[in-house]
Parts: sequence; C-alpha cells; structure tokens
Amino acid sequence: MELIKLIVRNTGRHRLRSVLTILGMAVAILAFCLLRTVVDAWYAGVAGASPNRLVTRNAVSLIFPMPISYKQKILQVPGVSKVTYANWFGGVYVDEKQFFPRMAVGAESFFDLFPEFIVPPDQLRAFMNQRNACIAGRKLIDKYGWKIGDAIPLTGNIYPGEWRFVLRGIYRGASKSTDETQFFFRWDYLDEALKKTSPFRSGQAGWYVVQIENPVESQDVSQAIDALFKNSSAETLTETEKAFQLGFVAMTDAIVISIRIVSFVVIGVILMVLANTMAMTARDRMSEYAVLKTLGFGNTFLFLLIAGESITIAMCGGILGMGLTFPTAAVFSKELGTLLPIFHVGWVTLLMGSGVTVGIGLLSALLPAWRATRVEIAEALRHIG
Amino acid sequence: MTEARSLPEEPIVVVDRVSKSYRRGAQVVDVLREINLLIDRGSFVALMGPSGSGKSTLLNLIAGIDRPDAGRLIISGTDITQLGESNLAQWRTHHIGFIFQFYNLLPVLTGLENVELPLLLTGLSRKIRREHAMVALELVGLPHRVHHYPKELSGGEQQRVAIARAIVTDPTLIVADEPTGDLDKASATEVLTLMDQLNREFGKTIIMVTHDPHAAEKAGIIRHLDKGVLNSDWA
Repeated sequence: MELIKLIVRNTGRHRLRSVLTILGMAVAILAFCLLRTVVDAWYAGVAGASPNRLVTRNAVSLIFPMPISYKQKILQVPGVSKVTYANWFGGVYVDEKQFFPRMAVGAESFFDLFPEFIVPPDQLRAFMNQRNACIAGRKLIDKYGWKIGDAIPLTGNIYPGEWRFVLRGIYRGASKSTDETQFFFRWDYLDEALKKTSPFRSGQAGWYVVQIENPVESQDVSQAIDALFKNSSAETLTETEKAFQLGFVAMTDAIVISIRIVSFVVIGVILMVLANTMAMTARDRMSEYAVLKTLGFGNTFLFLLIAGESITIAMCGGILGMGLTFPTAAVFSKELGTLLPIFHVGWVTLLMGSGVTVGIGLLSALLPAWRATRVEIAEALRHIG
Repeated sequence: MTEARSLPEEPIVVVDRVSKSYRRGAQVVDVLREINLLIDRGSFVALMGPSGSGKSTLLNLIAGIDRPDAGRLIISGTDITQLGESNLAQWRTHHIGFIFQFYNLLPVLTGLENVELPLLLTGLSRKIRREHAMVALELVGLPHRVHHYPKELSGGEQQRVAIARAIVTDPTLIVADEPTGDLDKASATEVLTLMDQLNREFGKTIIMVTHDPHAAEKAGIIRHLDKGVLNSDWA
C-alpha cells in the first residue's frame, strides 16, 4: 500500500515531464490501435467468411465468366446443398469517387446462402416481383439518403449503358462485422439486357457460391466440382470462401505488411521515449535510492518502485490512447465510407494495446532499475549536495 | 531470576585493523590504514579531521553502508564484515539510525511518512507505525509539522525530522555525517542540543562526523583522523 502511494506520488512529481510522456504514449497507442484496426478492416471479408460456403470461379481468372448451366451441374455434386451465382457489375454512381460494391445476384437463391444479410420478408418479396429491383445495405442508405421506391441510376462500364434500378429492399447485417455497403440487383435483369445488346455475354455467371452440408468435406466437394468441368472451355477453381477472400487480400499483402511494420515502429519509438524518461527520472533520484537502501530497503523494492512508476505512466497513456481510438475510428470510418466498410475497434486490438502498454512500461524500467539496484550507497551519498 | 553481575561492558563498536582504499582512475588512494577504534555503549563520539581524511568513510564502514578492504567491524557483538548484502541491509534497519548532512528526506512524503519509512520494514501494523512515528516527532519537537512536506520545512526542521527518522526504530547506534553542515547557527545549536539530549537522557550511542569544533564540543569524545590514521583522542 505504501509502495503504491510512493509510486503514485513519484509519478506526479515532474508533472510536465509525466504529462508529455503520457501524451506521447497516448498518441502512440492510438496510432497502434488505429493501424491494427485498418489491418482488421482489410481482413474483414476473411473474418466474415462462412466455413460451409465454397466459391467456384473460372480457373483462368476471376474476370472470365462461366456458363450459367454450371449451376445445375454443381447442385448434383454429393455434399452440395445450395448454389447461387453473381456477376461483378462495377458501374458508376454519380461519379467515380462514390464507390460501393455492385453485383448482379441470383435473386431466387442469393439471400438464402447469405443469412448474414437480413432483408425483411415483404421487401424480399418485392425484390422478387420486380425485374429491375435492387437491395442495398443500411450504411449505403444512410450515406445517400435513399428511400424504398427511389430510382437509382448507374452508368455501366463493364456492362456499358445507362442502368436504372428501383430500391425495393434494405438489408442489415446480422453482426457488426457484416458489410452493409453492398448493392445487389437481379442477375436476370442484367442477362435480359445483355441478350439484346451483347448476346455473346449473356448466360454467364462471374462466380458461384456453393453451400455444402459439412465443412469438413470442403476439399472433397471442391475437387468433385472442379472434376466436373475438367477439359471444358471454362474449367473451374473451387475453394473455401475464406481462401477466396484471402486471395484478394494477398494482392495487397505489401500494404498490410507495411501497416504492420509502421505500427511496431511507432511502439519502438515510444518505448525509447519512455525508457529515456525513466532513465532521467532514475538518474535524478539515485541519491534517494541510496537513502532507501541505507534504511534497509532491498533491490526488489527499488525495482517495484521504478517499474511501478514506468507502468503507471504507460498505463495512463495507454488507457487514454485506447479511449481516443473509438472516436477517432468513428471519424475514420465515416471518412473512409465504403472503402473499408467494416472499421470497428476489436477486442483483440484492445487486448494487444493493453499488452503493448504494460510491455513498454516494464521494458522502459529495466535499465534504470538495474542501475538503481547496483548503486553503491556510499558513492551515491557522496554526490548529494 | 538471575542476579546481574557488574562486569565491564563490551564496547559497542570495535574497529579492528580496518583498511579501505579507493581507485581514482589508475591511482589507488588509501583512505584508511589499519584503523583501530573502540567506542563504548552510550558514548557520544565526534570524528574530526580535514577533508579527505577518511572520517566519512570510517562512519560509512561502521554503519554498514560500505565494506572495508581488510579488518573487522564488530558492532554490538556482530561482525558485520561477515554479513551478506541482504543480511547487512536487515541489520542496518534494526541497528543503525542515520542522520545526513543534507537531511535526505523523500520529498514526496510528509514529515510523518518520512519518519514512518524505516518502520515499513519491521512488520508493524500501520497504526503502531504511526504511533511510533508521532512519538519520535514529538521527541524532536515537531508534533505540529507532521503533515508538512520537506519543502515546507526549514533546514533545521528537516534535520529534526531526519533525526526522528533515525531514532524511530530505536537503533543501537546513531551515525551522523556533518548533521549541522547545512544549517545556520541557531538551527545547528537546536540539532546539537537534541543529539545531546538523545545521548544523555536516552543513552543513545552517537558517532558524529563534523568539521565544526563547536559541534564537536557537544560530544564527550573527539577522535581526529588525518590521512587515514587516527591520531589522538581527547576526552
């Protein structure tokens, strides 16, 4: 108890020094947590992948489509329970900066396979009853102020032309990690238009999503699906949804690695700052440590005294930094909009932030504590005055 | 009950052929050369001598905060040169009270808390510790300054708090290194009077290093050190 009192009072002794170090620590932990949140946001699709879903795409590249007839064939594969399909539409809404994912989906099956997109039943019925109907995520609705019944025009780029959709449904995510910034419309609407304008492009699906009965069989089912289309004009590559998403992330691996490195560099810098503060503090108080040793206090007490102060400063900064992460992340999330749709500060990030905070506090204390325990009492007392 | 016999009491401090040297760069400086000294229980000894004569070094050795290169130091029957670091620290807690020239109070603790500090190592309850610390502060005449921090006290008052801290564990021996060296004349007189009182009324054995002949006058015994050798003793 007396030790804690001494630690607390020592921490407040050089107020300016302590406050500046705490602020530095807070900024570093804030930066660390934000960068970790960016990495998490990058992997949000991977985290949200379902273990009982497979994705089948053209073996050559995702940009090459596959015949829509594959759907029925895939459904015949043992272990497959449901199949849906989709095409990446692309397109432009208002201008190029207004990015959000736009996809043509198999209206009859898509929302069955993605229960995390929750659409009210009456809105889903309305979507099924109108060819040019669309469903958008809650965040998109909030961003653009759309209402049910609104017409939403898109200018096609992959599929040229002016496209006009009517909003018939709004989905919300089943959890915080569900992306609520996507825009879905009916695949058959796209296909009908293509039959008129570019018949050779009609009857094609960009990828299939396959629901399997048992996730343990994912490899066998994947191999069975790909074997079906071996030596065809559009051979397939089937993999788990998680592997499919990781494939996307892998394309930007260098960015993620850079962000991770920067987050640890920030920690390294603040470690040196705090270590320097503690070294100065310990040097200032060497005579006090000598007095404490004279009175009979041992090295353990001195170590706890110095480490306690270091950890207290680190914790004050760490808690402040982690506290500031939430409003800052909210601002980031708003500014990033649909670029990183899942931008939440996760508990793992907070746990890492706490661990890093205590670690910095402890490491910063090691050298000054070691010096203090080695101080020669007579030598230190000789320098007082 | 056993009847007490009146045998001559053992000296409380036995310094037996103690030598100590320091290294200054490549040079080895002999600070103490085979010093012999006996101090009786209840005496008040002043160690005098010019700067660099080794008086503070001798005091540090007797107090167990430095170790000799050779010789034995027997304090109250314990050869402290044979004690390990942690045993020596424990021994200091129970047997030695320190008074420093610059008081050396912890600035973040009040007068009362500073006095209580050595008692944290004794296992006494907080209440008992506080009571003992209060008694010590009353003894040095500062019961009204217990909640003041060192920076709020005058030099004389700080030294009196330091004396209270030195006596709170009821040590066998009090060592004081230039206790009046940083005080004005009036404060110095107060502190010396207090030390004299501790010696006369409470029978405390005190060894004081001083440059000041007036301070030394308070001691019953004066020992002179010069170039690491004890020259003579004046009673």
